[in-house]
Amino acid sequence: MSDLLVIAERRGNEIHSSTFELLGKARELSIKRPLAVSVVLLSDKRIEGDEANALFSGGADRIILAVDGSFGRFNFEPFTKTLAAIVREFAPEIVLAPATTSGRTYMPGLAALLKTGLTADCTGLDIEEETGNLLQTRPAIGGNVMATIKTPNHRPQMATVRPKTFSALKEAYQSKGELVHFDVTPDLTQTVAKLIEFHPIGEGQKGVQDAEVIIAGGMGLRKVENMQPIYRLSKMINGTIGASRKIVDSKWIGHEAQVGLSGHTVKPKIYIAAGISGAVQHIAGMQTAEFIVAINRDRNAAIFNFADIGLVGDAVEILNELAESLESEVKR
Amino acid sequence: MKILVLLKQVPDSDEVKLNPETGTMIREGVGTVINPLDLHALEAALRIKETGDHSVTVVSMGPPVAEEAVKEAIAMGADRAVLLTDRKFAGADTWATAMALARFAELKGPFDLILAGEKATDGETGQVGPETGAMLGIPVATYVSRIVKLDESGITIEREVEDGKEVWKLPLPSLVSVTKDVNEPRLPTLNGKKLARKASVERIGNDFLGIDPSEIGLKGSPTRVVRIGTPKLSRKVEMYEGSKIRDGIDEIKKRLVPYLEVNHE
Ligand SMILES: Cc1cc2nc3c(=O)[nH]c(=O)nc-3n(C[C@H](O)[C@H](O)[C@H](O)COP(=O)(O)OP(=O)(O)OC[C@H]3O[C@@H](n4cnc5c(N)ncnc54)[C@H](O)[C@@H]3O)c2cc1C
Ligand SMILES: Nc1ncnc2c1ncn2[C@@H]1O[C@H](COP(=O)(O)O)[C@@H](O)[C@H]1O
Repeated sequence: MSDLLVIAERRGNEIHSSTFELLGKARELSIKRPLAVSVVLLSDKRIEGDEANALFSGGADRIILAVDGSFGRFNFEPFTKTLAAIVREFAPEIVLAPATTSGRTYMPGLAALLKTGLTADCTGLDIEEETGNLLQTRPAIGGNVMATIKTPNHRPQMATVRPKTFSALKEAYQSKGELVHFDVTPDLTQTVAKLIEFHPIGEGQKGVQDAEVIIAGGMGLRKVENMQPIYRLSKMINGTIGASRKIVDSKWIGHEAQVGLSGHTVKPKIYIAAGISGAVQHIAGMQTAEFIVAINRDRNAAIFNFADIGLVGDAVEILNELAESLESEVKR
Repeated sequence: MKILVLLKQVPDSDEVKLNPETGTMIREGVGTVINPLDLHALEAALRIKETGDHSVTVVSMGPPVAEEAVKEAIAMGADRAVLLTDRKFAGADTWATAMALARFAELKGPFDLILAGEKATDGETGQVGPETGAMLGIPVATYVSRIVKLDESGITIEREVEDGKEVWKLPLPSLVSVTKDVNEPRLPTLNGKKLARKASVERIGNDFLGIDPSEIGLKGSPTRVVRIGTPKLSRKVEMYEGSKIRDGIDEIKKRLVPYLEVNHE
């Protein structure tokens, strides 16, 4: 049986959630076409038993572990060369990686070395049963259309997927679980690029991608001071602040808060869009939210087509009223 | 030092059409501009040029109309502009594009530093930079938000990633793709515009590059667009307006209460 390879991402000491999302999707694809799901982990240390078990129950039939001192943080040459060697040895039909800053860098490198196609930021993946072709769907032309892309004559077929696009398995996968050690020869990790410093981002700054509740602001707030009710609300409910591109471009808030095609894809339980028009490029990043609240003065704003509840009125007034009402709840 | 900047021209408007047969973009009849993110790569190159005896070449692969966009780079201060243009290049995906760019860099190089933008606003893949670097077999750094230092011994850069900021030193030659945080691009000067009008853009086709025809253009592209659809994303919305606003606020409140910080004063 041929393989579907998922490239794992380690963030600090943990396997990043995107790995489990890809494994979840891989299992789904393996129903359509018999594929063994392998997960590749490039790491600077051996893998813990718990970690291996998590990957197995997350959907992996096999773990391919490559250990080398140079894999502590992502480095272009060692990663692409080692991954290319692994792909040559295991000859998978499909390779999936997260569309993170590292995945988006080693995957093109890998595609170049392997002379095969790569589709970035897929939001949908399916398999054509007769041919085994991977149908890779992604937003194109600024999110105005969805393009489905195939790699008919080259293998492997490669795609990156943004974190939070797919879901991890809900029930643990029962696998026999084989752990394979890939021998990393020195020629694979030779590099002169050197990491000189690393400054981790401040503790407690929850990224918008991992948020459960997001309160997002747009140009309808009219001025930066009107972000206040958003900060107030988000503090009360331990939420995270999101933003449309227009207010990021206006420097009301940093790019890390931007939701959408050229920002983050999010999958919170609740997404509140305040003063956001609902341009396709914004929708592309938040339609995956479980429950969407839209607040806009214009009752014909596009955002209402994508919301579960819509309030027509001034965003600042409504948010302030909401905050007050929640405050009285706390005091009770 | 010889610096090469990879510049893509992108449609000037959001109104791009697709060829339903091939699924590739129809660029004819649409104005083109330099991909806005590539202006940051160009600016980075120009700032390096200002510090010493360096030359800046810009290269773009695209149809003849892209010439205008490339000339703009001369107006901003680039020394030389090259357009890789050939009917046979048409329909290239990122792999086939990188192939042409890499071959050009090899034949007209060596370049000490290659700069690219983070991604193009039309294709939005961000793949061409790292693919080109890998084909040339040189180190690549992406998401570069600051160029700290450049000298014969290498380039020191800062790159911004999910969990923090990294500082790397890469040897030369290397390929670096920059984000828009790296600088504020300058505007073309009047003088520059005059120069640009007179400047000639060097056109290069596959006769010169000599790439196997099976590795360029649509034919050389591993990927194929097979279907174009409109995003389907609609929910059933419950609207609250006028005197009903209060109810709407209560509805949101009900959903947020479970998230209230219990310890809140
Ligand atoms: C290639 C490309 C990529 C892009 N990527 C992204 C992306 O990742 N994320 C993103 O967000 N955008 C992105 N955009 C931009 C996008 O097209 C829109 O321009 C942007 O989302 C609009 O932001 P906005 O809704 O805040 O502002 P506007 O479109 O200006 O909308 C403001 C809204 O607020 C409402 N309003 C006004 N006053 C009030 C009030 N007092 N109370 C309540 N409502 C009020 C208005 O009715 C209007 O609907 C991208 C564009 C392109 C071309
Ligand atoms: N046709 C092209 N000609 C020159 N440079 C390009 C071309 N396409 C992409 N690039 C470069 O590669 C970067 C990423 O583009 P893309 O992979 O299309 O998102 C761009 O910002 C450019 O620097």
